[in-house]
Amino acid sequence: MSASEAATADEAAERRPTTSETLRRIVQGDLSSVRVVLGLVLIAVIFQIQEDRFLSAQNLTNLMLQITTIGLISVGIVYVLLLGEIDLSVGAVSGLSAAVMAVLSVKHGWNAYLAIAAAVAVGAAIGCLQGSLFSRFVVPSFVVTLAGLLAWEGALLQVLGQTGSLNITDPKITGLANIFYSDTVGWIFAAVIIAAYGAALALGYRRRVAAGFDNTSPLPQIVRFVFVAAIVLVAVAILNSDRGVPLAVMILLAFVVGMEYVAKQTSFGRHVFAVGGNAEAARRAGIRVNRVRVAVFTIAGTMAAIGGVMAASRLFAVNQNSGGNELLLLAIAGPVIAGTSLFGGRGSVWTALLGALVIGSISNGMDLLSLSSAVKLMVTGGVLLLAVLVDAVARQQRQTSGRV
Amino acid sequence: MATGTPLLELEGVSKRFGPVQALDRVDFAVSAGEVVGLVGDNGAGKSTLVKAIAGINPPDAGMIRFEGEEVRISKPQDATALGIATVYQDLALCDNLDVVANLFLGREQISPGPGRASRQLDEVKMEHETADLLSNLAVTIPSLRSEVGTLSGGQRQQVAVARSLLGDPKVVLLDEPTAALGVPQTKQVLELIRRLRERKLGVVVISHNLADVFAIADRVFVLRLGQAAGEFQAEEATEEHVIAAITGIGEGRDKNHENQQSEEGEKA
Repeated sequence: MSASEAATADEAAERRPTTSETLRRIVQGDLSSVRVVLGLVLIAVIFQIQEDRFLSAQNLTNLMLQITTIGLISVGIVYVLLLGEIDLSVGAVSGLSAAVMAVLSVKHGWNAYLAIAAAVAVGAAIGCLQGSLFSRFVVPSFVVTLAGLLAWEGALLQVLGQTGSLNITDPKITGLANIFYSDTVGWIFAAVIIAAYGAALALGYRRRVAAGFDNTSPLPQIVRFVFVAAIVLVAVAILNSDRGVPLAVMILLAFVVGMEYVAKQTSFGRHVFAVGGNAEAARRAGIRVNRVRVAVFTIAGTMAAIGGVMAASRLFAVNQNSGGNELLLLAIAGPVIAGTSLFGGRGSVWTALLGALVIGSISNGMDLLSLSSAVKLMVTGGVLLLAVLVDAVARQQRQTSGRV
Repeated sequence: MATGTPLLELEGVSKRFGPVQALDRVDFAVSAGEVVGLVGDNGAGKSTLVKAIAGINPPDAGMIRFEGEEVRISKPQDATALGIATVYQDLALCDNLDVVANLFLGREQISPGPGRASRQLDEVKMEHETADLLSNLAVTIPSLRSEVGTLSGGQRQQVAVARSLLGDPKVVLLDEPTAALGVPQTKQVLELIRRLRERKLGVVVISHNLADVFAIADRVFVLRLGQAAGEFQAEEATEEHVIAAITGIGEGRDKNHENQQSEEGEKA
């Protein structure tokens, strides 16, 4: 931006204080989380007007259970998107991994945890293979994983064999999606989460003060703390008034928080962002770009498998449709709707959760209204398109304002 | 000015890309506290020479000596380990990362606390060191946490140069550091290069702009069609001499200068 442009922009800001600026930031994705929260509120209002069961504790608990599979798969997708790549195989991988677990558990009588571990290992191995093919032979990830999508769907049918469906009976597996904690345990979770978050914020703040940074008012930290604490308390109160806090939600939350930490606070995460932003710059900085790529696709495969296990647990079964239908597209659309860029280098793992909430609410609401699948498919398609358009517009805006 | 044995010495370095002989038996040297301007027409082999030193495109033949010892530089990490830092023409910054993240890219500081096992970043320390380094170099950036993509061309170039200094290098290679910069920004970058010389670094500057080269270089090295085409002490030479060497017009005079140069070398 030239000096004169900067001056006019400043004047404009003086004349129209903050509102236009805030709007611009929402559109451009700086405040994409605000954009998503506004979207969620809008969705909730619309469905609540049509059907007052939508915001009931029972339905909100159902909603949380419905989004765990998509959310878990999206966690891996976020990493792939951060690289500026795409993984079209995650749906098929989730189905295949779940089938492997089901066959080992039901037909071969394996211990539940071993069967789950085997499923996760299958997902990781597939991700590693696809990542290696993509980075070693410089084939577009789109093509490698599209081939994977077909091949792993075939493998799913093969593994399931002639029955085409396997019912899971082991309570250790079905418990994953069907255990609810008592009110007391729920409040303990809330206390631990809030305390841990507060401690992390306070620690970070103390380090910055100790290092002598002058721009350190504790106010933003306090606001963030109050905000997060309020959300946690409200969520636990709602879940407790129905069946309690579900184990599945805690699993999803743990993965989101853990993988967000890896993305934002570790050198590996920094390298993922760097490769997604400018792969050549990353290479010249001494980052082993191909190793990062393989690791990211391995993460995507692993998270897909974990999502598949969760889906099987919720359904009490694995069948030929497992991991099929629109699961793949929704898992990719979620993070994009919530502000992770399809073009790489921008986003956060939180968008996996937020995006799953948006998509989950829409599909849950339409189910409550008993809309036909014709309408549901068209609305879902429209939401996906909208997400990509918002991302593309945000990118263009960034470019015109000098932020590439 | 140059003292003692050169820090970095290339002898008979050649590089071929298919039918193109990009470098043909080039001898080149840079000493501590010396700024060498590397000039030549498009396709003369300037960037190829820098990439050979930086380990991006290792040479096919020839010898590289660093601090008097023969070394092999077959990948960028080799060059970095020796203490050779490169600032590329296309900057090689990640626009989506902030100034601190870009400065420490590939050599992130790891937190000493409980996050060590996960290689947790020590953001506070990195931000601190970034602030120190930039103020040492008199580089002013509005906010260290602003994304590099939002900075001006001059600021980006200064970030790129500053980044090359983080690993405490002995030699810094700059590929067209002033290309696409306005006059005041060019001045800032040239000033920054002078401070590198004051820090007793060996500096190699590729540039098309002879005015810039004469403003900062102690010595000017000319490449033409992949071959060494002349070497001048900046104080003694004129732009006309250098242009003649670049274009190859007046071969005879060119040779004289080379002879002159080697005589001077013997004196030293």
